[in-house]
Amino acid sequence: MINRVPAYLAGALVAVLTLGTLIVVALRAEAGSGLSGADWAAVRFTVMQAFVSAFLSIVLAIPVARALARRRFWGRRVLITLLGAPFILPVIVAVLGLLAVFGRNGIMNDLLGALGLPEMSIYGFHGVVLAHVFFNLPLAARFLLQGWLAIPAERFRMAASLNAPVGRLLERPMLRTVVPGAFLVIFLICLTSFAVALTLGGGPRATTVELAIYQAVRFDFDLGRAALLACVQFGICAAAALIAWQVTAVDGFGAGLDRVVQRWDGSRVFDGLWIAFAAVFLLIPLGMVVVKGAPGLLTLPDSIWAAAGRSVMIAVISAALTVTMALALALHGGRLVAVISVLPLAASGLVVGTGLFLIVFPFVRPADLALPVTIVVNATLALPFAVRSISPAVQTVRSDYGRLMDHLGIVGWARLRFVVLPRLRQPLGFAMGLAAALSMGDLGVIALFADEQNATLPLAMYRLMGSYQMEAAAGAGLLLVALSLLLFWLCDRGGRAGADL
Amino acid sequence: MLTFENVTLTQGDFALTADIAIDEGVTAVIGPSGGGKSTLLSAVAGFLEPQSGRVLCNDQDLTGLAPGKRPVSMLFQDNNLFPHLTVLQNVGMGMRPDLRLKTGDEQTILHALTQVGLAGYADRKPAALSGGQQSRVALARVLVADRPLVLLDEPFAALGPALKDEMLTLVRDVLVKAGKTVVMVTHDPQDARAVADRVVLVADGDASAPVATQAIFDDPPAALRAYLG
Repeated sequence: MINRVPAYLAGALVAVLTLGTLIVVALRAEAGSGLSGADWAAVRFTVMQAFVSAFLSIVLAIPVARALARRRFWGRRVLITLLGAPFILPVIVAVLGLLAVFGRNGIMNDLLGALGLPEMSIYGFHGVVLAHVFFNLPLAARFLLQGWLAIPAERFRMAASLNAPVGRLLERPMLRTVVPGAFLVIFLICLTSFAVALTLGGGPRATTVELAIYQAVRFDFDLGRAALLACVQFGICAAAALIAWQVTAVDGFGAGLDRVVQRWDGSRVFDGLWIAFAAVFLLIPLGMVVVKGAPGLLTLPDSIWAAAGRSVMIAVISAALTVTMALALALHGGRLVAVISVLPLAASGLVVGTGLFLIVFPFVRPADLALPVTIVVNATLALPFAVRSISPAVQTVRSDYGRLMDHLGIVGWARLRFVVLPRLRQPLGFAMGLAAALSMGDLGVIALFADEQNATLPLAMYRLMGSYQMEAAAGAGLLLVALSLLLFWLCDRGGRAGADL
Repeated sequence: MLTFENVTLTQGDFALTADIAIDEGVTAVIGPSGGGKSTLLSAVAGFLEPQSGRVLCNDQDLTGLAPGKRPVSMLFQDNNLFPHLTVLQNVGMGMRPDLRLKTGDEQTILHALTQVGLAGYADRKPAALSGGQQSRVALARVLVADRPLVLLDEPFAALGPALKDEMLTLVRDVLVKAGKTVVMVTHDPQDARAVADRVVLVADGDASAPVATQAIFDDPPAALRAYLG
């Protein structure tokens, strides 16, 4: 009833970017010498930091989620909304916030110094893990909170009246089903978070595979080795994604986390402490972004404003592309679409970028294509989230109005314009906002392609940090986070306002 | 005239046969739930192709015709209106599914709205209407659709008894007067008594030939007696 060509085009684009670039990379990989000792160290580091990050995120999230599930307090809704924020927060901005707290001149070292304790360093293994926990503890808490709230209130009432141990009877079985999925999702995220490794890692002992790819392309210009490393990265991600695919069906964006179940167990004090810990751990770095950034905001160099303009343009175009592709795929539906729309989850931006670099390099200067390539890659990487938010709504339209539309003969363009688009406004707006914010904050493929002239805001900010212009970097960071949130808010708002449901 | 010619309908394990002809006026389809009343209507509307046999409307074979191309208007149990479109647009969908209304079309729509008692409501959205008024909008759409056969799959079931009677009277006064053949599914014998000229009993996997309403309730066949209790 609706033209299928757009879905085929979207599917083909995703296939070319994920599988096509992989083939290019595989063909170009110089396997002759095999992986060097440094390469193996990178593989070990990548897997190890992802494992520890995911483990700590989950372990810390369990008491936080339990406290949120059973306590009612002022600001609970705001805190839960805030737990969703790190997902759309540009990584580099969060890193800046963490540096302000845990960095050399940060709050933490001021405290340690005042107590006469030795200085701590945020760079290296524990810095990467710290940043990953900062991002993923909230995500894990939301996953687990959903698990807790899925336990019917009657069960808790029953357990209380029987004086049965709630933990063993209700909570542990729930955790057994939710934790493996949440762990794997976070593990996968930590495998592919290039920006964290770029800013806090580095050196022989803290280099991820993605970082090694970046260095091979940018510094050594050893494309054969970059290609080989890209194959390794893909292998790691694909293995993790395959396991995750088997285990999970969890979804961190679900609504309805506002409910509190009446409970008769647990300590108010401990729950309060855990909630306070989560709030402080999240809010202080975010607050520091504002505190440190505000003074620099007025004195930003022109190049930063230009980079901001490029970033907004990239974000808007790539978000529009994401939503268009997601809509085409969701309307088509079916098994192949389900596969196509999770493929990008296993793809790493750096692997895709390396493949594209190898394709275009013989013909044009990669820097000339930095912006279009970034648009297309960002659009593809955000696709899984967009499809996930649009697909259920497409199903609802089909089951509610499919027969009526067939019956009245509403087909083709009229079906899209008068029924599908108006009915999907909310998820489309949300998906568009999400894609725009993700693209806005992306620091991945652009780092491979861009030169001085065409940096995006996150890249320009990274360069400021690299040259120790911390005040300007902080100003740029505040601008970046403000623009990301503004884009998300505008799109999401646009989808909700005046929607007749 | 709606004709079922040796029709067999199957849905999973369920099978229904029909070899009957239905004349103009109002025909009620009654029978136990799960007996196949809605299945019979689905075959006419084009949502279910018969396993064998064919369905004809005024001697036109409907086999293979897309639902939107059939000379049939249908009201479903729910979701008969698009909540995001105005009353005018919802009714307009009955004439032009692409909403490219030509000169005079709007006049026709407003006239239909007046006929169902909704003059002045054209610019509202369904959420601003009562349940009964929403049903009237759907009836106005049937009026402008200009298709000779009307199928009602219990669209008024959610309304209270008084409102339902009002709607059935409206169906009688407006649709039948406009020369349409109305086939309505109902589980309430009262509905059939109120407006139907004839009754088709669907039970035990078979649709039996229409019988005059008065006659069938005066001397119900065994299957109907079992249903009425």
